[in-house]
Amino acid sequence: MRTAVPEFPEARLRELADRYAAAVAAKRRRIWLGSAILIAAALAAGWMGDVDLWKFAENFWRFPAYFASIAPTFSFSSAWNDLSEWLWGLPRWTLLLGDTLLIAYMGTLSGAICGFVLCFLASANLVRSRAIVFVTRRVLEFCRTVPEIVFALVFVLAFGLGPLPGVLAIAIHTTGALGKQFAEVVENIDNKPIEGVAASGGSWIQIVRFGAVPQVLSNFVSYALLRFEINVRGAAVMGFVGAGGIGQDLIEAVRKFYYSDVSAILLLIVVTVMLIDFVTERVRHRLLGLEGAGT
Amino acid sequence: MISFSSENQAAIVERYPEVFRPDWWNRGKIALSLGGAVILFLFGIAQLDIPFDRLSDGMARLGGFLRLMLPPDPGSWAEALKYLNALGETVSIAFLGTLGGALLALPVALLAARNVVANRIVHFFTRRSLDTIRGVDILIWALIWVGVVGLGPFAGILAVICSDFGTFGKLFSEAIETADKNPAEGVQSAGGSHFHAVRFGLMPQVFPILLSQVLYYFESNTRSATIIGIVGAGGIGLQLAEQIRVLEWQKVSFLILLILIAVSAIDWISGKLRFAIIGQRAVA
Repeated sequence: MRTAVPEFPEARLRELADRYAAAVAAKRRRIWLGSAILIAAALAAGWMGDVDLWKFAENFWRFPAYFASIAPTFSFSSAWNDLSEWLWGLPRWTLLLGDTLLIAYMGTLSGAICGFVLCFLASANLVRSRAIVFVTRRVLEFCRTVPEIVFALVFVLAFGLGPLPGVLAIAIHTTGALGKQFAEVVENIDNKPIEGVAASGGSWIQIVRFGAVPQVLSNFVSYALLRFEINVRGAAVMGFVGAGGIGQDLIEAVRKFYYSDVSAILLLIVVTVMLIDFVTERVRHRLLGLEGAGT
Repeated sequence: MISFSSENQAAIVERYPEVFRPDWWNRGKIALSLGGAVILFLFGIAQLDIPFDRLSDGMARLGGFLRLMLPPDPGSWAEALKYLNALGETVSIAFLGTLGGALLALPVALLAARNVVANRIVHFFTRRSLDTIRGVDILIWALIWVGVVGLGPFAGILAVICSDFGTFGKLFSEAIETADKNPAEGVQSAGGSHFHAVRFGLMPQVFPILLSQVLYYFESNTRSATIIGIVGAGGIGLQLAEQIRVLEWQKVSFLILLILIAVSAIDWISGKLRFAIIGQRAVA
């Protein structure tokens, strides 16, 4: 079978080839330039951050050694005894873990309620006044950017040691984080229901209640659950600054070199976090699935 | 379509009963879950022994702290320079930590992606170990690394690398799994090996997404890097915790202001870079 293969004239072909080569070269140049900048920045950051590869190489053996030393001792003959000795504090730790979960829960719930109230004020499609939107957004940004553990440090001084500062710190941080996410959801909603309520004479509260909330609720719950997951992790370290929960025992065990306690508490925290992740992920997928089926 | 007026209300109610009949089943479910949430909250108050009598006292003291914070003041020029230096350390920790975590996570993410390595067991174990690494908070990683390489920002960098390794491993592998598989099949049908398929069929697709995720985490790591100083891993958190402990409130507010400015600057820069790299595409 004969087919006609179109051939470009020589000059045209050269021009195209040159252009292709130029494009490739330009891309290569951009990549080289980017990597050069990246490497320069990394070197500068390494100098700034006291990176000492020699010290790292010299001390790296301590990293696996640390895990080896916190590992519980097990022998086949007395495995059961070893296990009960390793987890000797289980009742106390379970209680503390429960406290941690409660701190995360109470912080998330109060933060979600505040975020729920504030998010409507931060949405440009619901609020006419630019000033209100701007101020609410900055307040949320402040709540979000200051790390929760810093809030906890300050609150421990104001309210004394215990879970209260932890709950408050998580609540404030959650308000900022969820308020922003909620506001983004609200700004992306369909405007027709809002206009409908407004056209039939609804007040601002009614517009929000009947025009906006039904559209966003399942998304809100999903984000709040995700935040709860994150807050469980945050609450686990609240005890580092004296704000309640299991962190207190963990940092004590680390500082006092109670090696087997460190591994036991770490294991409990990791298992709890994974369980919570697993459960909330299930619930979130169901929620989003329901919403997908509804629309 | 009938229009609504008070005269024909009865007719409309008769025609569309489901709109006007209260949905007791649904309302019951909502009331039950709300009630459960409230009861759990009350249980929390009882269990955690929340001292409400201390609440008003504490609020008053908090107000006092706020008054003492104004105006923000670093004390002296030397102090201000010290804080700026600490801020530089924090940004370095975030930068190198993010970079290191991303570089380490890339090969592992390829292992954990089902469309690259089809082995179930490899998939399961890489995923679970990434989950475990992610389950440990960054402060705990910092605590461990301080024990290994001593106090200072280097421990902070290693802590951020560890915690980011877990996060990036998961995010990257998810991005890789959602990639279009046609280009990879094209490469293979043209005679490329499995490696070629990954390199030329898969990576060009996912690379911009991965890059934008890394940039996004750079912002969020700047936030986390500000706190790991609390356990001695360098950066501005160390100064912040110290000044809070000695009740130097003006310095505290200065440091918080510095953090806010730095984080929003990095937000802005990395946002610009992200859009330059991937265009106005949403982060997957």
